[in-house]
Amino acid sequence: MSNTKALSSITQKVIMSLMGIFLIMFLLVHLGINLFLLPLTENHREIFLASAEFMSTFPPMKIMEIGLFGGFIIHILYGVIVQLQNWKSRGSKSYAVASKTKATLASKTMIYSGILVFMFLAMHIYQFYFVKLGLNTGPMLEGTHHPDFYKMAIDLFTNDAIFSTIYILSFVVLYLHLSHAFQSAFQTLGWNHPKYTPIVKALGEIYAIVVPLGFISIPIYYMIWG
Amino acid sequence: MIKFDSKIPEGKLKDKWNNYKAHQGLVNPSNKRKLDIIVVGTGLAGGAAAASFGELGFNVKNFCISDSPRRAHSIAAQGGINAAKNYPGDGDSIYRLFYDTIKGGDYRSREGNVYRLAEVSNDIIDQCVAQGVPFARDYSGYLDNRSFGGAQVSRTFYARGQTGQQLLLGAYGALSKEIEKGTVTSYNRMEMLDLVLIDGKARGIITRDLKTGKVERHSAHAVVIATGGYGNVFFLSTNAMTSNGGAIIRSWRRGALMANPAFVQIHPTCIPVHGDFQSKLTLMSESLRNDGRIWVPKNIEDAVAIKEGKKKPTDLSEEERDYYLERRYPAFGNLVPRDVASRAAKERCDAGFGIGTGLAVYLDFKSAIARLGEDVIRARYGNLFQMYEKIVDENPYHTPMMIYPAIHYSMGGTWVDYELQSTIPGLFVGGEANFSDHGANRLGASALMQGLSDGYFVLPYTVQNYLAEEIRVPRFSTDLPEFEQAEKDVQARIDQLMNIKGSKSPDYFHKKLGKIMWENVGMARTADGLAHAKTEIAKIREEFYKNLLVVGTAESFNPELEKALRVADFIDMGELMAFDAAHRDESCGGHFREEFQTPEGEALRNDKDYMYVGTWEYKGEGVEPELHKEDLQYEEIEVKTRNYK
Amino acid sequence: MDLKLKIWRQENAQAKGEFKTYNVAGVSSDSSFLEMLDVLNESIVDKVETPVCFDHDCREGICGMCSLYINGRPHGPDDAITTCQLHMRKFKDGDTITIEPWRASPFPVIKDLVVDRTALDSIIQSGGYTSAKTGGVPDANATLIDKYSSDLAMDAASCIGCGACVAACKNASAMLFVAAKVSQFALLPQGQVEKTKRVQDMVARMDELGFGNCTNTYACEMECPKEISVTNIARMNREFLSSKVCSEQ
Repeated sequence: MSNTKALSSITQKVIMSLMGIFLIMFLLVHLGINLFLLPLTENHREIFLASAEFMSTFPPMKIMEIGLFGGFIIHILYGVIVQLQNWKSRGSKSYAVASKTKATLASKTMIYSGILVFMFLAMHIYQFYFVKLGLNTGPMLEGTHHPDFYKMAIDLFTNDAIFSTIYILSFVVLYLHLSHAFQSAFQTLGWNHPKYTPIVKALGEIYAIVVPLGFISIPIYYMIWG
Repeated sequence: MIKFDSKIPEGKLKDKWNNYKAHQGLVNPSNKRKLDIIVVGTGLAGGAAAASFGELGFNVKNFCISDSPRRAHSIAAQGGINAAKNYPGDGDSIYRLFYDTIKGGDYRSREGNVYRLAEVSNDIIDQCVAQGVPFARDYSGYLDNRSFGGAQVSRTFYARGQTGQQLLLGAYGALSKEIEKGTVTSYNRMEMLDLVLIDGKARGIITRDLKTGKVERHSAHAVVIATGGYGNVFFLSTNAMTSNGGAIIRSWRRGALMANPAFVQIHPTCIPVHGDFQSKLTLMSESLRNDGRIWVPKNIEDAVAIKEGKKKPTDLSEEERDYYLERRYPAFGNLVPRDVASRAAKERCDAGFGIGTGLAVYLDFKSAIARLGEDVIRARYGNLFQMYEKIVDENPYHTPMMIYPAIHYSMGGTWVDYELQSTIPGLFVGGEANFSDHGANRLGASALMQGLSDGYFVLPYTVQNYLAEEIRVPRFSTDLPEFEQAEKDVQARIDQLMNIKGSKSPDYFHKKLGKIMWENVGMARTADGLAHAKTEIAKIREEFYKNLLVVGTAESFNPELEKALRVADFIDMGELMAFDAAHRDESCGGHFREEFQTPEGEALRNDKDYMYVGTWEYKGEGVEPELHKEDLQYEEIEVKTRNYK
Repeated sequence: MDLKLKIWRQENAQAKGEFKTYNVAGVSSDSSFLEMLDVLNESIVDKVETPVCFDHDCREGICGMCSLYINGRPHGPDDAITTCQLHMRKFKDGDTITIEPWRASPFPVIKDLVVDRTALDSIIQSGGYTSAKTGGVPDANATLIDKYSSDLAMDAASCIGCGACVAACKNASAMLFVAAKVSQFALLPQGQVEKTKRVQDMVARMDELGFGNCTNTYACEMECPKEISVTNIARMNREFLSSKVCSEQ
């Protein structure tokens, strides 16, 4: 009957939430760079490419990159482990009547939203990161061996409606994931306070809406005006 | 002829308990491990005793009828627990608590026991705080107190309206600690069905595992019973569904005397019965009577109109209302003691002035709300009002509550001496299950005090004193013929009930018995009514053994069989209560005989002839029990008449 | 009221179990849910069949014995209430009511709607107390406790151990139950001495017994008949982390 756990249930959750918070911060940086795909300034293309260059060549970023992949793997791994344990705890017999408890959709579907986001991530890595590694082909910047991520992105957004739709839907799913994740991470770390928790929850909600919306704005711009 | 001795230690009242402890027998640590104690019950008395025995180092077997020790019905006590701490500095003392308890019990309890109860009351509060019981505190961080009925001081400690729950969880924590250590073995979903005697001493019990139906034997050097009261004889009461006096009734059949069985307490403020399928009654805290005013319509036509739904209580003007407690008892008004308030409600309803189903009176907060505002009332009683609304579906802020008295607590129980030992050596009885401390009426907030006093601070000493003589007695094998015979008896009893195969369920008989008990052995009793009850109970017994139907099998989880076994006990107990009530030609505390009242309708005690504990010896099924008397002597207290006018 | 009941029947722990449908007529809307089941059982006994087994005891909402998963919610469709305090006026004439036992691996079915909740006792046994022995303790007023902390401790301590939190949780997690006890002692000076060991032992026991992980859906808080707050879970997480990170034990 018992779950054999290498780490205690709370430790597992703490690891997941720490990794989650790390990923949340990374996402903000990623959005900051991506937004330069939009014609925000005269030289937005140059800024975008310079940022991409910086991210892939600056040595400390290499270390960060490893950390980032590690973060993703651990977060996903524990997400799956925790879920498998939870199913086992619930038992073989499920309720005949689905739960009428008013828990949020986001909180009840984290594993599913997580899996969908992971699938998007896999596609994203294949399409972009693999080009950098030379495992996939793509346009190169003139006279260099560096991939032209700017051109790749704009091409996809303007010409590939299916890609754009998947991209947009994935970020809607990410919204769902984030809307629970942010305050949940704080709760798991023990940060629940009558004064500050409402602020955390509001920040979480704003973040969960603004960040996916920022990403979505790019394909929408190119689908309409591209 | 059974001989019994209350064994009150020599010396002055205030020195008795210290003298006892100074001279009692002790058991050394290495011998304690070799001695087994069975504790039946896990409430305040049983849980606290089992935990304390475990701490001392005895080998304890603790039996629980529910799935967990934490469910014991002590949990339902709302108001609080008394102690003579005198933290408010309002003149309280051990002597005053002792005096109030004796007086509240209408001078029918034993001085020595009650004084000890008052003496250890302070230790209980210390103990519970050390366990982390979150008693109410004021802003200074010190413990808070409130007042309760029958006292002029504030000596009641409380944890919101859940004092019983918090104290029980404290004892449950202590018990859990011992279970983890292995000194206590916990047996849950087990019911004690018989007591095993070897050479006249209590040496074990026979249980039925409620999950599997298996009948089992358990041996020990001493047996402690703390299974609560027998209020469920009445079917409808504030007791929990599984609360039953079974363990003490079965011990009675094995030779332990039963004392004052007719003394049961009727609580005046319960939510009235709503229909035939009602299973139990819900208590509303006594504290409501601080601000609520009790009334019925002055004119019988209005009562009828309200019953028929043609009028609402709020339609009646002040002149059309009869605040009968204020009218009859101007000095105490709505705050008269429980027994007095209950009888007054019954009198009005019997005269046809009851509302609702005819068996209810109003408890009205209109004038309190007008005087203090709804917010103040909400702060004081909000949770109780909410509970009332959930059950009755009426908003008590706008329309008066309906209330009616209900059976609540049994002051009577197994006769025990100063050591809480029954007439069977080695059988100790604690808490509500014994008779010792409350006389003919219990004061509010004293039940919790007595349960914990017995469990933490009395039984660990007195049982040890008994076991000090038992250190050379080896562990008992359950293969002994006495165990075999007792198990056979229990099995025969089960088979007998299973094989009647009649047509009526145990509940049918239980309801029938309850009705007769409530009508004849309830709030107001008469010689004729009691004679009638005896006849009717005999008829119920006859029908029960002819026409009972227990569905299912004995070798499985079978609540119907559990009920049947309990109803068989309740029939005997009900009959015994009728005998006790009929023999006591006086009115005192919860026992009110209509023949014995003053011209104003107040209880008329007869100290000359009845200042004794009436104890009863079992003589066989359906055979008249034999009465024995323990005379009560009051040395420190002057016996007076209670007056609330 | 006339009602149609779909009730889980299971002979014993090993049996497979199935839903059975019963009709019950003439139920008073003023009766409680359990009294409605009493009426049903009475009619079943009249037909010389085995009545439906369900746990119940005090019937006033405090002992925590009653359970039942009614139409998709532990303790049924009313808030902040146990099944015994749920009244039939919350249903309509002609309703179909589905009644299931608590479902969770650590709560095996004993019979019909009765489940074994001794796992919760085991968690308390692992450390849900102060180890104060009977007698020899200081005066109750020797330690001052501020009213705010004391009230919070009381909020946490009001848990009745019914297991609705586990039944409601999609992960069958007992975190709210454990957190309520850990919090009670974390908030009180009496609980400080053993705080490190207590939280570690209780969490370890909870995991061992096969309860799930908390994913913060807060379904437990929504279904708790005593409205115990999930802030207690955060407090336990804090206690646990500091016990692991800061303590030498």
